[in-house]
Amino acid sequence: MLRLPQFRFHLPGSIREALSILAAEGPEARVVAGGTDLWPNMKRRHQKPATVVSLMSIEELNGVDVADTSREARIGATTLLEDLVRNPALRARFPGLARAVASISSPPLRHMGTLGGNICLDTRCTYYNQTEDWRRAIDYCMKEAGTVCWVAPSSSRCWAHTASDSAPMLCALGARLRLLSADGERILPITELYRDDGIQYLTKRPDEVVADVLLPTASDSDHCRSSFWKLRRRGSIDFAVLSVAAAVWTDARGVVSDARIFLGAVGSQPVAVEAATETLRGQSLTEERIAEVAQLARKLATPMDNTDFKAQWRGLMAARYTEAALREIAGLETEVLPPRHATL
Amino acid sequence: MDEPKIRDQTAALDPTSGRYVGRPFRRVDGRDKVSGVTRFADDLEFPRMCYLRLVRSKIPHGRISSVDFAPAQKVDGFLGSLVGTEMPETFGILPVSQDEHALGIDRVRFVGDPVAAVAATSEDSAYEAALQVRVEYEPLPTIASIEEALANPEPRIHDYGSEGNIHKRVSMRFGDLQSGFEEADLILEDHFFYEGNTHMALEQHATVAVPEDVDRITVYSSTQTPHYLHRALTRVLGIPAARIRVIACPNGGGFGGKSDPFNHEIVAARMALKLGRPTKITLDREEVFYCHRGRHPVSMKIRTGFSKDGAMTAQHLQTALDGGAYGSYGVASTYYTGALQTVTYPLPRYQFDGVRCFTNKPPCGPKRGHGTPQPRFAFEVHLDKAAEKLGIDPADLRLANLATPGQVTANWLRLGTIGLRRCIEAVIEGSEWRQRRGNLPYGRGLGLACGAYMCGAGLPIYWNHLPQSGVQLKLDRSGGVALFCGETEIGQGSDSVLAALVADVLGVDLQDIRLCVADTDLTPVDLGSYSSRVTLMAGNAALQAATRARNLIAGAVAERLETAPENLVFAERRVFDSAAPEAGLSFEDAVITAEARFGTLSTVGSYIPPRSPGKYRGAGVGPSPTYSYSAAVIEVEVDPSSGIYRPVHVWLAHDIGRAINPTLVLGQIEGSVYMGLGEAMMEEQAFRRLPRHLSDALVHKVPSVLEYKTPTFLDMPEVTSYLIEDPDPEGPFGAKEVGQGPLLPVPPALANAIHDAVGVRIDQVPIQPYMILQALAAGDKGEEARFGPIGFPEVDFGETLIVPTPEEGGDGRAINDPKSQRHSKMRGDTGTMSDRDKALKTKDRALTTK
Ligand SMILES: Cc1cc2nc3c(=O)[nH]c(=O)nc-3n(C[C@H](O)[C@H](O)[C@H](O)COP(=O)(O)OP(=O)(O)OC[C@H]3O[C@@H](n4cnc5c(N)ncnc54)[C@H](O)[C@@H]3O)c2cc1C
Ligand code: SF4
Repeated sequence: MLRLPQFRFHLPGSIREALSILAAEGPEARVVAGGTDLWPNMKRRHQKPATVVSLMSIEELNGVDVADTSREARIGATTLLEDLVRNPALRARFPGLARAVASISSPPLRHMGTLGGNICLDTRCTYYNQTEDWRRAIDYCMKEAGTVCWVAPSSSRCWAHTASDSAPMLCALGARLRLLSADGERILPITELYRDDGIQYLTKRPDEVVADVLLPTASDSDHCRSSFWKLRRRGSIDFAVLSVAAAVWTDARGVVSDARIFLGAVGSQPVAVEAATETLRGQSLTEERIAEVAQLARKLATPMDNTDFKAQWRGLMAARYTEAALREIAGLETEVLPPRHATL
Repeated sequence: MDEPKIRDQTAALDPTSGRYVGRPFRRVDGRDKVSGVTRFADDLEFPRMCYLRLVRSKIPHGRISSVDFAPAQKVDGFLGSLVGTEMPETFGILPVSQDEHALGIDRVRFVGDPVAAVAATSEDSAYEAALQVRVEYEPLPTIASIEEALANPEPRIHDYGSEGNIHKRVSMRFGDLQSGFEEADLILEDHFFYEGNTHMALEQHATVAVPEDVDRITVYSSTQTPHYLHRALTRVLGIPAARIRVIACPNGGGFGGKSDPFNHEIVAARMALKLGRPTKITLDREEVFYCHRGRHPVSMKIRTGFSKDGAMTAQHLQTALDGGAYGSYGVASTYYTGALQTVTYPLPRYQFDGVRCFTNKPPCGPKRGHGTPQPRFAFEVHLDKAAEKLGIDPADLRLANLATPGQVTANWLRLGTIGLRRCIEAVIEGSEWRQRRGNLPYGRGLGLACGAYMCGAGLPIYWNHLPQSGVQLKLDRSGGVALFCGETEIGQGSDSVLAALVADVLGVDLQDIRLCVADTDLTPVDLGSYSSRVTLMAGNAALQAATRARNLIAGAVAERLETAPENLVFAERRVFDSAAPEAGLSFEDAVITAEARFGTLSTVGSYIPPRSPGKYRGAGVGPSPTYSYSAAVIEVEVDPSSGIYRPVHVWLAHDIGRAINPTLVLGQIEGSVYMGLGEAMMEEQAFRRLPRHLSDALVHKVPSVLEYKTPTFLDMPEVTSYLIEDPDPEGPFGAKEVGQGPLLPVPPALANAIHDAVGVRIDQVPIQPYMILQALAAGDKGEEARFGPIGFPEVDFGETLIVPTPEEGGDGRAINDPKSQRHSKMRGDTGTMSDRDKALKTKDRALTTK
C-alpha cells in the first residue's frame, strides 16, 4: 500500500485556533477538510506539509442556508458534498449546482469530501497524478521538481487542468467566497480565486481559509436557470474530461438578461465563454443562438493530452455539451447523447 | 490415431438424486467472504513479522551499475536488504522461458522491473527505505512496440528466443490451403488490432513467508498456482521441495494475473530466511500493473475463403503479439492465438502463423480466455462482414456451419459435446433477433458473436505423465469427511464445487465436509486454477475418491444389513437399503462399520486427461477433454453526433454441460460479460514514450485504478443468461467450464452491434467514441466507413510445419519436421513443454515418468 509521510496533525475546535496555527506555521502548513484529495496526494508525495490542520471540528464552517430565496445563500466550506446533494432547497434553487456536486466522484467520496475542498482542489495531469516512483521514471515535470512540461515540452508553463466540478458552476452562478486568515476577512468573487496556471492555480495565500460560499439572489423579476453537463468515461468516480456549467437569467418573457457559461477541465482554471453573454443578452434562447454559443465554446476549449480520452475529440465535445446544457435550460429536446453526469 | 478412452463421468451416479448438484446451493465460503472472516494473504499476521518492499527500475532498459543502500539504512526500523546476486538462479512459468531473476542482476528490462529489496519493522519504514535506495543505471535503447521489435534486432532484450527481439515464431499449415482458396466463392481479408489490458483483480498480490526450523519455510501467497510457485521456489532458493510449503490463500480474484511465480514471492521467502523473521509483502496497485501478465496486444491478419452458403473452405490467420519484457506464458499464448480457431465452425484447411516479440514493457501472459479473445474478435467480426457480403443473416451463417461433436479438427483437436446451436438459438430468441435486427432505428443495433473454450489444458506446463489433479478423502468415526486437494479457490467457487460433488456421492451435508486445499505439504498436487481446468479435472478426481469411499462403506454396511452393496442408497446422512429404508444406518455409524471392517479410512482419486491425437510440434496447445461454447447478442445505442455509445442489453448463452451450481455459473457468465465489455469499451494497458530528444522514458501511461478505466456498475447493461445443459461424458456429472468461455463472444458482438447501429466497422478494441466519429466521417466522404489497422507488420514466420489433416489421411504428425520424427514415440510435441531432451538426458524422474 502507498504510505503517508510523517507530519504533525492538528484538529482545532475553533476557527481562531486554526488561523493562529496556520499563521504560526507559515507555508509549511496545510489545511485538510475531507482529505479525499490531500491524503492521496500526500501518499504520492506531491505535498509534504510538516503540519496538517483539519477543519472538520470547526462547527461554524459547516452548514447550508439556501432555503430563504430572498436572501443570499450561504454554504459552509466543510459541508459534506453528500449533504448538499440531499438538500432539497439547493436542488430547487440551484439545480445546476446540485447536479455538479452529485457528479463529483462516487458516493463514498461524497460522504468524506467537502465543498471547500472541491473549490481548492489541486489541478490534475496524468504526468503528475502518479506515484513518486513513476514520476522519478519521467524525471518529474515542471509542476514539481522537474524542468519540462511533458504535455507541451516547448511551453514555459504548466497546463494541468482544473478538475473541480463545483468550480465552473459556482463561477457561472456568480458565487463569492468569504476568506479568513489571522489578518482578517475578505470577500472574493470565486472567478478571482482561480488563475490560468497549472502550478499556482489559486490566487489566495496558503494561510487563508475558505469559510463560506455565498450565492447571490437575483432580483425578483429575473429567473435564473442553471445546468451542468459533465463528460467522463464512466457513470461514476471519474473526474470530468470536460464540463459545461451554464447559468441563464431571463425575464418574464423569456428574454435573456444575463448568461454565463464556464467550461471545466479544458484549462487550468474554469474557462469563461465570455462572448456568450453578449450573444445571448436581450435574445431568447433559440436553437440558432445556442448553436452559435456552442461554436464559441469550441474555440475556447484547449484540451491537452493530460487526461482521459483523445484531446481533439474532447474539443469537439465542448460544442456538443455546451449545446446540450443550453438546450436543457431552454427546455428544448436534447439529443440521445448519453449523459455522463449524475441524473438528478 | 489413438481411440479415445471411453469413460462416461455422467454415468457415475444419477445426479438428480443428490441434494446439491444442479441446484443453487450457498457456496461454502460465502458467509465468511461477505462478513469479512476470510483471511486473505494480506490479513495474515505473525509474531516478529517484518515488511518487505521491492525497489523497482525507473528506467525502461539498461544495465544496473550500482545499488546503494546507505541512505535507506538510516531509516528507522530498517532491517535488511537483498540484491539480485543473492538469488542468481533464473525462473519462469514455462520450462522454455526461464528468463526471470528474483531481482535484476545485470539488466533491467522495463520500468517497474525489481532491482533490490528492503525489509523493515513497519510498512511505513519499508516504504520510506525503498524510496531512499539509490540505483545507478547505464541506459540502453528501448523497444516499445511489435514494429520496433521487428525492426530492431539489437540490442536484444533477451539473448534467447527465435532471433533478435523475436521471442517465438510459429508457422503451421493443416491441409492444402491453396486449393481451399481456389474453391472459394468469396475470399475476405481483414486486419484487426486488440489492445492489451490487465486483470484488475480487486486483491493486490500479497505474500507472507514464515521461516521454520533450519532450512524450512512456509510461503502463504495469493497465487492461483501454488504447485508452480513451489517449483520456482525450490529452484531459486536451492532448498529441496520437501522443505518448502506453499499455501495458496483464497484469492481476491485472479483472472490469470496470479498464475506465474512472482519476484515478490521469491524475495519474501529469501528475506524471511535471511532475517529469520516472518516477512510480508503486499503490492500496491501500481506494482500490480508491473506484474501484469495480462492480455497481449495482438495485431492480426485473417483471410478466409467462403462458399456461397457461408461454409469456409480455408483460413489463413497471422498474429503478432507484443509480449513485454519476459517470457511468462508467452509461448503458449502465441499458440493459443491460433489453436482454437477450428473448434466452432468446420475449417477444413487452416494455416496459422504467429510471432511474439519482446518489448520494454511489463510482461504479458494469460488473462481470462488466454490468447483466444483476440483471434476470436477478429474471426467473429470477419464472419459478420462475410455474412453481409454473402447476403446471409449472421445467425444463419453460423447455424449452418457448426462443428460436429466428437470430430477431430484440421489441427487435430478432438471435440466433445457441442451445445452451440442451442446457445445461438437461445440468444436470438431472447433478443428477438429475427424480428428486430435490421428494423431498429438508426443509432440502435444488435450484434451476434460466438466463442469456444477449453475445459482444462490437455497437457501440464512442464513435461510429465503425473496426475494433473489429485483428491484425498479421510473419513473417521466422527462422521465427518475431510477433503484434501491442491486446487485453489480464487473466487470462482471451486471449493464449493468439490464439496458438493463429494457430499452428493456420500449423501452427506456440505457442512460435514472439511476442506483442506492448496497446501503443498498436506494436499495432493493440483496444477492450479488456470485454463478452466478445476471443475473438470479436480472434480473428476473428487468423484473418483468419493466413489471409492462410498464403495468401501457400502461393502461394510451391506454385510451388516445383509443386502447387496448395489441396493444401498447414500442420502440424508444415512446409508440404507432402498427396499427397506427404515432399517439403515446413520452415515456416522456407516463409517464406524467400515472403519471397524477395513481400518483407517482414506481414499484417493486422480485425473489425467485423455490423449490428444495431434503429434506435431505445437500440438500440445489446444487439446482439452472437451470444449465449452457460448453465444452472445448485444444491443447497443450509439449517438452518431459524438460517437458515444452504450450497450443496452446483453443476452448470453453458455454451453455448460451440466451446471453443478447454477448460481455460480450465472456469476461467471455475468463476470465474463463485465470483463469482456471492459476490454471492448475502455480497458487499455497503454504506455507512453516521452519525446525522445528530451527523455528515454517509456512508462505505463496510467498505473492507477482510477485512470485505468474499467466499467462501474453504472456502465454495466442488463444481462440475460441462458444455461445450456447437455452433459458431457468427460465432465463430472457432465459439467464443462464457465470461467473463461463466456467472455469470448462479448467484444466481437459489441463491434458487430455498433455496425448494425450506425453502419461503421471498428476493427480494433477498445472501441473509443472518436473512432466511431472518424469512421462515420470517412463514410460521409465516400471512403470505407471503418476504423482500424490498415496493415500487418512484415514478419518472417520461419519454415511452415506441414501437417496433413485427418481428412487427408494424416497421422497427426508434421511431414517436414525432423525433430518430431525422432521423438515420434513421445506423447505430443509442444512448444510449451520443458526441454524433454534435457529431461531424458538427466533422467529427471519427475519430468519423464511414464
Ligand atoms: C477517486 C477520486 C475521484 C474523484 N472524482 C472527483 C470528481 O469527479 N469531481 C471532483 O470535482 N472531484 C473529484 N475528486 C476530488 C475530491 O474528492 C473532491 O474534489 C472533494 O470535494 C475534495 O474535498 P475534500 O474536503 O476531501 O478536500 P481535501 O482533500 O481535504 O482538500 C483539498 C485541497 O483543498 C484545500 N482545502 C480544503 N478545504 C479548504 C478550505 N476550507 N480552505 C482552504 N483550503 C482548503 C486542502 O488544503 C487541499 O489542498 C475525486 C477524488 C478521488 C480520490
Ligand atoms: S501540464 Fe505539464 S507541467 Fe503541468 S503537470 Fe502536466 S506535465 Fe507537468
